Amino acid sequence: MWKILGRIAKTGIATEAPPAAAAQKVGAGETASVPRLHQEILDILGRALTIRAVDAGSCNGCELELNALNNIYYNLEGLGIKFVASPRHADLLLVSGPVTRNMVLAVQQTYAAMPAPKLVVALGACAIDGGIFGANYATLGGLAPVLPVDHVIPGCPPEPVDILAGILDVVRRRLPPESVPHV
Amino acid sequence: MKIASLDLAVHRLPTPFPLLHGEVRVSEWSAAALAIAEAHGRLVSLWGRDDRRGESGHFVMSAVYALTGGTLVWLDLPLLSREESYPGLADIYPYVIRQQRAVADLLGLAATGESEEHADSRPWLAHGAWSADYFPLRREAGERTSGEWPSASDYPFVAVAGDGVHEIAVGPVHAGIIEPGHFRFSVVGEKVLRLEQRLGYVHKGIDQRFQSLPASEGYRLAGRVSGDSTVACAWAYCMALEAAWKLPVPPRAVWLRALLLERERIANHLGDLGALGNDAAFAFGLAQFMRLKEDWLRLNKALFGHRYLMDVVVPGGIAGDIDANGIEGLLAQCVAIEAGIRELHDIYDEHAGLQDRFLTTGRVTTEQAMALGLTGLAGRASGIARDVRLNFPAPPYTELEFTLACKSGGDVAARVAVRFDEVFESLRLIRQILRRLPSGMVREELPSLLENERPGGIGAGWIEGWRGEIFVALTLAPGNRIARCHCHDPSWQNWPVLEHAVIGNIVPDFPLINKSFNLSYSGHDR
Repeated sequence: MWKILGRIAKTGIATEAPPAAAAQKVGAGETASVPRLHQEILDILGRALTIRAVDAGSCNGCELELNALNNIYYNLEGLGIKFVASPRHADLLLVSGPVTRNMVLAVQQTYAAMPAPKLVVALGACAIDGGIFGANYATLGGLAPVLPVDHVIPGCPPEPVDILAGILDVVRRRLPPESVPHV
Repeated sequence: MKIASLDLAVHRLPTPFPLLHGEVRVSEWSAAALAIAEAHGRLVSLWGRDDRRGESGHFVMSAVYALTGGTLVWLDLPLLSREESYPGLADIYPYVIRQQRAVADLLGLAATGESEEHADSRPWLAHGAWSADYFPLRREAGERTSGEWPSASDYPFVAVAGDGVHEIAVGPVHAGIIEPGHFRFSVVGEKVLRLEQRLGYVHKGIDQRFQSLPASEGYRLAGRVSGDSTVACAWAYCMALEAAWKLPVPPRAVWLRALLLERERIANHLGDLGALGNDAAFAFGLAQFMRLKEDWLRLNKALFGHRYLMDVVVPGGIAGDIDANGIEGLLAQCVAIEAGIRELHDIYDEHAGLQDRFLTTGRVTTEQAMALGLTGLAGRASGIARDVRLNFPAPPYTELEFTLACKSGGDVAARVAVRFDEVFESLRLIRQILRRLPSGMVREELPSLLENERPGGIGAGWIEGWRGEIFVALTLAPGNRIARCHCHDPSWQNWPVLEHAVIGNIVPDFPLINKSFNLSYSGHDR
């Protein structure tokens, strides 16, 4: 027990000092750091955002980054963003992979189970246009043929900070212009 | 040459590990399988290809075996007179059943002559979402993207009957952020009587896709067969291509590839060790290990340009080199991460609640593991002391001092212990590699012979990925084209063993048992 407490004390709050590597370009030459993205999501949403992630044929690279997004450096839940198990609790559907024919039904049913209004985001190169896998007998070559896509997050796989920025973008675009705070 | 007790005409391929290749007749196909099994060899992978050329040529079935002496044998069976069946091997190697079903789905070739116990003609990767008479690996299949598509159909699961028996259906979409697959549990109360898996949900036609890529670009697709094993699979692909084209690889590149492979192993073990704590309600473990993993990934990005090292291993070497500062940084990180892991190792070991969940859970005995062909770290946790790095060493492992991590418990605790041991061993390997890294260039310029004038040929790669053995068989057509690329993930062997591991356990322990194997859906479904 003491060892656990000692380790926790020693670790401290890693979120407070994000390493320089987490800073990156967003939009036209604008640089966003992790803490600023956090604040924007809070300003825009003012409440929790719940996400249901569905792998529709990914190589599992996107899932590795989604799991990384949940680590303490990004403090996702601290921002009010949460991955949920049930689509009935979800505001946003995040789909990775080139959308295999074997997963079409599951993706459609997940979307149908979500309460409106619902946001759909294609995560990673494959969900956008099939990526390296393309379209063939087994895949549709992206999410667009199945669901109305609100936003895309490019990358192979997109890094956690890109995913965070992408989520912010889609929420901002869905709000009426006057409610978007000036940044 | 003598293989086990058989006389087969085989010849050595120019791979960096011992690999023999030969052609057999139908009668020799089964006899070889049996003789190798009797000599304690095992089947690594089975696949098929379409070698028909107009009126000539055949379908060809291929199997690759690992012999106890540290040699791989790749046997091709041409199916004469356009036969569409071949003698099945499931009576000898029960774990080949799903691979045979995949061959039936992709190439329309049926395994025959097996006992009722091992015969299974249900489709495996094909869920009915494309027409049943479309075989994507046949020459006439072509690439198909338009037309009418049926929707996926139901699957005839094996039902368990009896008083109080009921079924729990899970998936393909799971509660967490993981890959899709379906698990059908037959339970009495909380106790699992039987688990049946249905996989194939992330089948994306990779084998067919390879055939439309230039051979010199195939490494990128190989590196995305299973994203968590990108280094291992890309290396195996490049090894196969370099053997087929007889491309030299600079020594520094070979050593750096091993560095990347060990870094990939550590990254995955760190994530799994955290997730295993979390699945036993010890969230502290997840938070701590994921922090270490994130540090690890960020240094990958800083030094090699990609957090998971995708597209870093390339034909002829690696993309990018490290300088003295990079080596310093890598060594310093080894010290920092090792201190953190040792502390967490003590905490895991001394945590009674955690050990109570880990010990005796999801046990696979050594006998079961042998019979079911369990490979990789899960095999080593069940007392199977096998590792490609030790038993089939290719450079630089031939020159590295290496101790095998092996436990005999076969339970979740043993798979956790093997992961800890392997992390420490990989750190030791990384230090050896960095201390002795040869100088020179890291990528051989492709020889003057233009890529699209290259001859055909065959090659293979064989790498101990973090999960287990990854085998790539590559058949090249002239002019930089891929005739067939078969990437075998160890999950093919290990998924069926998970069905056995869970028997008699309670349903709430399934996530823990599943995570202790952490098998690839994508690598299996392809």
